Amino acid sequence: MARARPEPVQVVKQRRDVALSALVEGVPYVRFLGIDFDRRGDELTGVLHFSEKLIGNPMLPAIHGGVTAAFLEVTSIISLSWVYLWPDIESGALDLSEVTPSTMPRLPKTIGFTVDYLRTGLPRDAYARATVTRQGRRYASVRAEAWQDNRDKLFAQGSGHFLMPPAVSVADG
Amino acid sequence: MSEKTELAQQFIHALPHARELGLKITRLGAGYAEMTMPYDERLVGDPQTGVLHGGAVSTVIDTCCGTAVMSHPDARGITATIDLRIEYMRAATPGQSIVARATCHHITRNVAFVEATAVDNDTDVPVARASGSFTVGEA
Repeated sequence: MARARPEPVQVVKQRRDVALSALVEGVPYVRFLGIDFDRRGDELTGVLHFSEKLIGNPMLPAIHGGVTAAFLEVTSIISLSWVYLWPDIESGALDLSEVTPSTMPRLPKTIGFTVDYLRTGLPRDAYARATVTRQGRRYASVRAEAWQDNRDKLFAQGSGHFLMPPAVSVADG
Repeated sequence: MSEKTELAQQFIHALPHARELGLKITRLGAGYAEMTMPYDERLVGDPQTGVLHGGAVSTVIDTCCGTAVMSHPDARGITATIDLRIEYMRAATPGQSIVARATCHHITRNVAFVEATAVDNDTDVPVARASGSFTVGEA
């Protein structure tokens, strides 16, 4: 049997970018903080765009610790969702091009999350990446790191456990 | 509202992110703080249900913990979070304010230890529980 020709690159990119932005832009709090995601293949980097309203301590000034925690948690949830939805996005079983709040896939729920504050969050953009260390049917464990100017100088790290959404067979829906 | 609570509220109001979320100190004691965050649609994490995002709950908890540290008689100046662990026990009910209560239960020359809970109108089961450590004195 002849191998199927690979899809044109723009088709692949379009499908992945549409799926990612549907996941990210569907959450009001993610928009409120000004977080979006860079994508290279299946690798995601969360970007927290700096704005004055994120400042916690105006004297230093520094990003609010709650914002840093939220940034790590958002990056963890989106990265985890991306990992488990990826096969269905790639196969075309999950089409997020015309997603509404009621048709959006359920996201994992945070059970517990721990944040270590390593340096002051400076008044500029911040970046974060998350690694899914274990993904089970019911529970998943994720580690996340955030940095600003230097990739090797983390300003915060976090780890958490998540409850996975009930499995829905996208093939029948 | 006591004079001390009012001063602390002025301090919190000077923090842009706390002001943005409408955080208010409702009670303040020696090493104790209670803080309210009103429900706000911009802070929703699940658009299908309107439930607040965990990140917003952790922000009010973090701010409340820091306030509890600064209200401790042995604290010196401002504080910064070293680590904070939060357990999300249930979804916050949409439309209801979050009330965080934090107690600084131990303080040394360099570190303050804090525990906190967050509830909505249903005060039987907390929305979240947290424990953390904070800097004391110059960070």
